[in-house]
Amino acid sequence: MQQMDLFAPEPKAITVTELTRGLRRAIEAVDVFQNLWVQGEVSNFSRPQSGHWYFTLKDRDAALPCVMWRSTAELQAQVPKNGDQIEVHGGLSIYEAQGRYQLYVDEIRSAGEGSLYQKFIELKNRLEAEGLFARSRSLPAWPQRIGIVTSATGAALQDVLHTLERRYPLAEVVLAPTQVQGPSAAVLVAEALTMLDQFAQPELILLVRGGGSLEDLAAFNSEIVARAIVRTRAVVVSGVGHETDVTIADFAADLRAPTPTAAAELATPDLQELQARLAALHSRLQRQTPIAKINRALQQLDELSLRSGRALAQRTRWLRATLQGHTARLQALSPLAVLERGYAVVRAADGTLVRQASQVQPGATLDVRVQRGHLNVEVKETKDD
Amino acid sequence: MAKPKEISSLSYDKALEELESIVQQLEAEVGDLDAALALYERGQALSQHCSTLLEQAELRVQQLGSDGELTPLD
Repeated sequence: MQQMDLFAPEPKAITVTELTRGLRRAIEAVDVFQNLWVQGEVSNFSRPQSGHWYFTLKDRDAALPCVMWRSTAELQAQVPKNGDQIEVHGGLSIYEAQGRYQLYVDEIRSAGEGSLYQKFIELKNRLEAEGLFARSRSLPAWPQRIGIVTSATGAALQDVLHTLERRYPLAEVVLAPTQVQGPSAAVLVAEALTMLDQFAQPELILLVRGGGSLEDLAAFNSEIVARAIVRTRAVVVSGVGHETDVTIADFAADLRAPTPTAAAELATPDLQELQARLAALHSRLQRQTPIAKINRALQQLDELSLRSGRALAQRTRWLRATLQGHTARLQALSPLAVLERGYAVVRAADGTLVRQASQVQPGATLDVRVQRGHLNVEVKETKDD
Repeated sequence: MAKPKEISSLSYDKALEELESIVQQLEAEVGDLDAALALYERGQALSQHCSTLLEQAELRVQQLGSDGELTPLD
């Protein structure tokens, strides 16, 4: 469309539509009008069938018509009421059919939240410049003692305990209960962190709280809590609010989790993984049963016996006895019927395994266990190598 | 290897760590049969210990009091 020049020296008559559309384009072309925060009082709030919200934002001397489309309105946690002091974000445009300029609102917050946010940004920048957010120590792989700083009555505590119970019941948990909301919450949270760190000495501390408004999360946006976090010896994992909430405490912590449950998950190994790892190791161990080794050794002995004369016969006999002693030990460990393979277990009268000829005296009786039954034998002679 | 510790006193991670090392030694087939048997026996005991720990594990929860004392929490 062609650009219209409203201030041409001799304007020819233009249509209302041309004028209105031209104004609308002019307004929409100004970046600053498309990214506005405006504060005022809500009046004439209406919510017709369409689901869109219409209201006027006013102060003492002026009024601004506002619209919030249904798709955005549906996502709002709170519906504004007439008289509310709010701040709205959106872009300015013109509703051509009525020749009315209005703000198309995409975000609403209560008045004061803006200045809280400003303070948040300032504090964050200051602490960051000081180097307070530089900590990101690695998590202990096997935390034995896990500290939790949160309210004793909140859902966050239950979420964390359930998660730990399910994933990692090997741990011991120490709760440092504290208020997490209200005027003294910041001081109390900081104290709880420090006490827990010093008295219970956990390797890991979960600093958690359920979701809330920026005001509700104030303690977790305080300088005193940030400093307490950075002083702890324990590694700190924060899990404050919902996924979208980011607090000063999150920046100061070693690791930030989006929610309390996620903090507990990030901080601990998973029981099922532990079981799988143990099972894998166990089966690797089973494959290393020394029976295979013994069988190889016995085979070598057989070959040696065939090739050598009587000189070696004594030694091989003794070696064989030793191996059979080993086999007996293995049988106690492994249900494999070693005896089936034709080996025997030799025990002295007191039941001890005979592993060396010197263990027994000539004339002693020995118990020789074969696959089916026992032999009661008498020692004629012993020979040591 | 350092002097072996009483298995029942080992934490899960220490027991698992030792079990891992034993399996590796056995797989490498170093040492004589006696040593292998001893390792195998200890490996079996460690494996049993670990699985008992996992089966019996129950999260213990305590609360820190204002005096720094720990008390059990239900």
